[in-house]
Amino acid sequence: MLVNQIAVFLENRQGRIFELTEALKKANVNMLVMSIADTSDYGILRAVTDDNAKAMKALNEAGFTASSTDLIGIEVPDKPGELAEVLKVLDDGGIDIEYLYSFKKAGLDSAIILFKVSDIDKTLKIIKNSKVKLLTQKLY
Amino acid sequence: MNYYDKVETMSRAELKTLQSERLVKLIERVYSNVPVYRAKMDALGLKPKDIKSIDDISKLPFTVKQDLRDNYPFGMFASPLRDIVRVHASSGTTGKLTVVGYTQSDLDMWSNVVARSLVTCGASADSMVQVAYGYGLFTGGLGLHYGVEKLGATVVPISSGNTQRQIMLMKDFKADVLCCTPSYAIYLAEEIAKENIPLSDLNLKIGIFGAEPWSEEMRALIEKNLGIKAYDIYGLSEITGPGVAIDCEYHAGAHIQEDYFYPEIIDPVTLEPLPYGEKGELVFTTLTKEGMPLVRYRTHDITSLSIEPCKCGRTLVRMERVTGRSDDMLIIRGVNVFPSQIESVLMKDCNLEPHYQIVVDRINNLDTIEVDVEVNDEFFSDEVRKLEDLKRKIECDLLSMLSVSAKVKLVSTNTLPRSEGKAKRIVDNRKI
Repeated sequence: MLVNQIAVFLENRQGRIFELTEALKKANVNMLVMSIADTSDYGILRAVTDDNAKAMKALNEAGFTASSTDLIGIEVPDKPGELAEVLKVLDDGGIDIEYLYSFKKAGLDSAIILFKVSDIDKTLKIIKNSKVKLLTQKLY
Repeated sequence: MNYYDKVETMSRAELKTLQSERLVKLIERVYSNVPVYRAKMDALGLKPKDIKSIDDISKLPFTVKQDLRDNYPFGMFASPLRDIVRVHASSGTTGKLTVVGYTQSDLDMWSNVVARSLVTCGASADSMVQVAYGYGLFTGGLGLHYGVEKLGATVVPISSGNTQRQIMLMKDFKADVLCCTPSYAIYLAEEIAKENIPLSDLNLKIGIFGAEPWSEEMRALIEKNLGIKAYDIYGLSEITGPGVAIDCEYHAGAHIQEDYFYPEIIDPVTLEPLPYGEKGELVFTTLTKEGMPLVRYRTHDITSLSIEPCKCGRTLVRMERVTGRSDDMLIIRGVNVFPSQIESVLMKDCNLEPHYQIVVDRINNLDTIEVDVEVNDEFFSDEVRKLEDLKRKIECDLLSMLSVSAKVKLVSTNTLPRSEGKAKRIVDNRKI
């Protein structure tokens, strides 16, 4: 199952992250999971929210540059070694992973891992032919 | 007082006669050999016989950098390629370089004015001259090089960069004359101090600095930190290269070698000639060049001229320090940079022209350029790699286009100033 994620450009300037979260607060948008990839000059905030379309609109209006992309969602039992198993399948299949991150949603026993890959179709094919479980439920 | 040429102390009257003879011959030659000049003169209904003396020069049409660009590469040459023994080039406004060509006699003339310049600064045939201007298409290195050889002094053709080696050779070869950009001279002085090398270990006495504007404050700093006398050399490749004008020990303005390069000052807006003493745009006519002679070439440098007698005894007209330009050209580490060049790289790499600003600074005495580019929806990505790749591509293309490296910084949308009319694209924080 594909999970939509928004990404926002964050110039490395004091107060910038605050302005972003203020914009989301005003639009009454809730973030499920969030991370920031940082370089010395700027950061890219990546988030899955309860209303990505509303979030994008609010952020654009507040002067942020944002884009959205689809990630592959995988469910694994919340035990040691589960991520390693998934990565082995993907590596053996020759999949290029751009980035990934994981989180646990309240009320769900399993852990969720989100992957940005360069070839979604190829990845989905490889997963279907393996023991890896795609995320089936909606996050929101 | 040491003069290299009798011309340096020629009376103003004799100079005028010489200039008039040369101008008449020049106009006959360019009218016949250079289609661009024939067309310009025909458009004004001017014939070579209408030019009888130097007083008639203001009848003649101007030449601008665009003429050289429109006739790239060799359309402005007045001699056949067979007679052109060297070409040089410098930055054009976008992409294409400005090309200049020299016959053997042009090269001899150029080395002559550089030899004059060296002697004016106190060098002699016994000097050892370290030429740390860049060698190559740029006229700085080779220009000084052949002037030194003409003078009979010893040239160390080290070119620019490799500071460690510069300092080592200064100590080992004991050069008494250093030629480079003034900002590099300050940088060298700092590196020498950092290595705890006492000035007494070096033999430097004279510095001949140019290729970028510099102030009296910078001169004082260089003289103190290197223990030398510092002189200003002026030139531009379209006219010949370094050696068009040279500072003397009285530092009251650089003496223009006006037997070869006739200067005028014009109002950059009305294009009317201005009298001695008034500030305006410097225009040159190359009186004897054969390969690519130029008539009333607009330099965009702002200065004023003086024929008041100079204490050094030279009668050649003096130009005051160039304080600004009448166009938007920047000089970064001695290299000409046009904002339009940067714009063309951004348009090519970012598809949609982003809002940008150029920030120029001088850090540790070296010029820096930073191009701030606003991120827009066109090229933003959730992947750091893609943004970094784009940044690197722009930096690579800028280096290729400008010949100096520029750092690219991605900034948020709507953070760069907008204005009605012409946007202020350049912020120059250097205090020269």
